[in-house]
Amino acid sequence: MNGIVATRDLHFRYNGVEILSDITFNLEKGEFLGIVGPNGSGKTTLVRIILGLLKPTSGSVELFGTDTASFTEWQTIGYLPQKIGTLNPHFPATVEEIVSLGLISRRETRKAAAGKDRRAIDDAMALMDITAIRNKLIGELSGGQQQRVLIARALVSGPQLLILDEPTTALDPEGREKFFATLGDLNRNRTVTIIMITHDIGTIGQYASRLLYLDKKLVFYGGFDAFCTSGEMTSYFGEHSQHIICHRHSNR
Amino acid sequence: MDLFDLFNHGFIQRALVAGSFIAVLCSTLGVFLVLRRLSLIGDGLAHVTFGSVAVGLLFQTYPFYVAVPIVMASALGIMKLIDKARLYGDAAIGIVSSMGIAGGVIIASAAGGFNVDLFSYLFGNILAINPTEVWIAAALSVCLVIVIFFYYHELMAITFDEESAKASGIKVARINRVLVLLTALTVVLAMKVVGIMLISALLIIPPVTAIQFSRGFKATIVISCAAGVICVIAGIMISYALDLPAGATIVTANFVLFISAFIFARLCSKDRP
Repeated sequence: MNGIVATRDLHFRYNGVEILSDITFNLEKGEFLGIVGPNGSGKTTLVRIILGLLKPTSGSVELFGTDTASFTEWQTIGYLPQKIGTLNPHFPATVEEIVSLGLISRRETRKAAAGKDRRAIDDAMALMDITAIRNKLIGELSGGQQQRVLIARALVSGPQLLILDEPTTALDPEGREKFFATLGDLNRNRTVTIIMITHDIGTIGQYASRLLYLDKKLVFYGGFDAFCTSGEMTSYFGEHSQHIICHRHSNR
Repeated sequence: MDLFDLFNHGFIQRALVAGSFIAVLCSTLGVFLVLRRLSLIGDGLAHVTFGSVAVGLLFQTYPFYVAVPIVMASALGIMKLIDKARLYGDAAIGIVSSMGIAGGVIIASAAGGFNVDLFSYLFGNILAINPTEVWIAAALSVCLVIVIFFYYHELMAITFDEESAKASGIKVARINRVLVLLTALTVVLAMKVVGIMLISALLIIPPVTAIQFSRGFKATIVISCAAGVICVIAGIMISYALDLPAGATIVTANFVLFISAFIFARLCSKDRP
């Protein structure tokens, strides 16, 4: 079975207000899903429900074919939340210590895991180009460097599903390009399934294989062929933006 | 007077041993509490301890036995308020803390006779610590070391970023409960060392001293413990030599060490390229 994420009739209400309604979609192994939508459309809420951080009011979510309530294989999921600005600048941990936190959910004895973990930490730091700053405290880094550390933490366990909530906001253009190249490599060559919330619609056209447009309900979910011919999407994005996304997708 | 004579006294030996264990407890737990912006939980629980001591005195029971369950329940109450009532940590601590003091004052006023006893708990007396309390301090320290050994990475992950920790499958609520219950027991125990009024100093000052110049999370815990123990030993010796109250002297030693670390760290950072 290749189903990675499956949601059925998902509803979420908070303080009597409907935040998400009727969300049903399936994501298969190796896909790269871009979640887009206006501010307050429920993108982060949807991701938090998928991760089991919020309970849906009704409906169900399955991860790798198992309901989130009984899912235990959390080491197969890497998560980067959207809150670089809320990091405690005085947190006295080194880059290496932070990256190693991504290995917590591995269910192996510490001794057995030690050598493997060492290599995984080194690989993740090399991938995000932070090996040279491994002994620096997280609070001494720039926003972009901190973001790369957190991405390395999400990648270190070798996840099969990577969930990223606006991951490129603190990165400069060069860092962003490098980051997307890494994601593309993970997705194509290591068949890592990726879910990414973003406002960067140009880039999503370049890398994503599927698109989910959310506005408190699921407005669009599908591949780029359907997206590019959807009149409804033209009214949401505007003709120009839709053209850019489709153009980037066809040239990737 | 030979300062080293003091080590021959049984009450000083008990004070040094129990004080060192309690310093390790406070300094270690303090690192997690300070970094999670829950520094004042010690203060809040100490105020509840005040109310609990009043209850103990009212019923003529050893206050320690009354304080332990009440303070542990209050610690869980604070976590519940943060979680369910959508309050920030400081507001939840403020509610429980003020209720602790109010309860203590009402009971003391209604009973009308044990103000002097209550006053002795406000400022502590580490030199009056009994052998049972030394053993309790040692046992609690061992429990803490076991918890830290098995849950070090989980505690660090929750302290750094609770949401990501939850998404990693860590049972955050369970670990938080263990952390606050250990804090509650430590606060009740520390009441004898520095008194209810000064307990939060033992939880806050050693960790912030360590944060001034530590270069990693493990190092922060180790330095914090070292700072806490050094200040308890120095505080007891100075208070004995100068005939000063031990609790206040221990807190002052902590403050002096913090200021020294602060100045040292600023000077070192100026020297860096």
